[in-house]
Amino acid sequence: MEMGTIIAGILTLAILSFLYRDNPIYKMAEYLLIGVSIGYVLVITWTNTLMSLLFVPLFAGSDLWLIIPLILGLLMWARFHKNIASLSRIPIGFMIGSGAGVAIPAMLYGRTLRQLSASVTPLVDSSGVPNISGIVVIAGLLTTLSYFYFSREHKGHFGRLAKVGTFFLMVFFGTTFGYTVMSRMSTFIGRMEFLLTDFLRLAN
Amino acid sequence: MGRKFPLAVCFLFGVVMFIQYFSQSTAARNLNQTILDYWQIVFAFTLIVGVFSFFKNNVTHISRGADRPYRVVGLIGFCSMPILALIWGIKADTPFMWMFENVQAPMQSTVFALLAFFVASASFRGFRARSLPAAVLLISALLMLLSRSNIGGYFSSGLPEVANWVRDYPSMAARRAILIGIGLGSLTTSLRVIIGIERTWLGGEK
Repeated sequence: MEMGTIIAGILTLAILSFLYRDNPIYKMAEYLLIGVSIGYVLVITWTNTLMSLLFVPLFAGSDLWLIIPLILGLLMWARFHKNIASLSRIPIGFMIGSGAGVAIPAMLYGRTLRQLSASVTPLVDSSGVPNISGIVVIAGLLTTLSYFYFSREHKGHFGRLAKVGTFFLMVFFGTTFGYTVMSRMSTFIGRMEFLLTDFLRLAN
Repeated sequence: MGRKFPLAVCFLFGVVMFIQYFSQSTAARNLNQTILDYWQIVFAFTLIVGVFSFFKNNVTHISRGADRPYRVVGLIGFCSMPILALIWGIKADTPFMWMFENVQAPMQSTVFALLAFFVASASFRGFRARSLPAAVLLISALLMLLSRSNIGGYFSSGLPEVANWVRDYPSMAARRAILIGIGLGSLTTSLRVIIGIERTWLGGEK
């Protein structure tokens, strides 16, 4: 058996031991996972971002404009010195500002207008038959939106509308929950398959 | 300087990134790409600050003796990845990728798999059809669970179609309403940040 399979099998069992209760073996594996994951992210960030976008073009390609993000990045380290800690707000301001600027049109288009246009479908088809699914979508959208409208008290007709919205929300939460459980379950089946076939060799 | 200059930087880049969206000129596209590249670089530095903080915090705890064996294992795992990458590189079939495939990936997917049990046990305790909305939640969850497993076929062959309809229409309607809410919320928050009304990102100190 390959060394990699043995290590992966032991670590999988170490994590699964949490099903019994919190124990030192699980904790050891948990800390190892955190350490290795952070090390992995560090290496990938260094290689894919800092080397390819900053250091190679700056020092080998002589793109001197890249001194700007380099200085901004270095200012982040000012956080560790109390006297100059406020300087780290400058790169944060750059990131927050440019992120917000990008987010406005993206959110307006992707999250709002596209969702609205996808919901507006013909409610009666060409032969005069009502489009039940389309009616359900429009009703669900309007009632759920009215549930999230808090500038008016949920009373009277508006309150009843919002109440219908909660049913649509419950359907959404239920389906999302079902999908989440099933996706986790399929991951678990994958791990069990690995343990039984590759590691313990109890099944083909 | 302490607060005004970062606010000015935030305003300037927010306005520039917002305006460039409405231009198709090459100069605007290039500016957009340049700022996005700079953003990635600054983000990478931010990440390294976080990694340094993790390292410092662990070393401090080890010297104090709190959770020493676990933290040592964590630091060994953390240090091993850059060392392996430095010596053998990060291409396929290198020790770095071996660590990723045989240490990180199996543990990560097992942690995700563990959540299946906790979600299931939480739902067993929490899912009580005490009211009509709670019953609707329970029924739609059961419908999804049954339709996506083999056992659903024993009850009715039409179960998957019903589940697909529920997912594609009533559930989708609520999802769209939530997405519209998120979109409008993000939009207003972004505007508040750019204009300088929302200043929590500056922190509490002067």
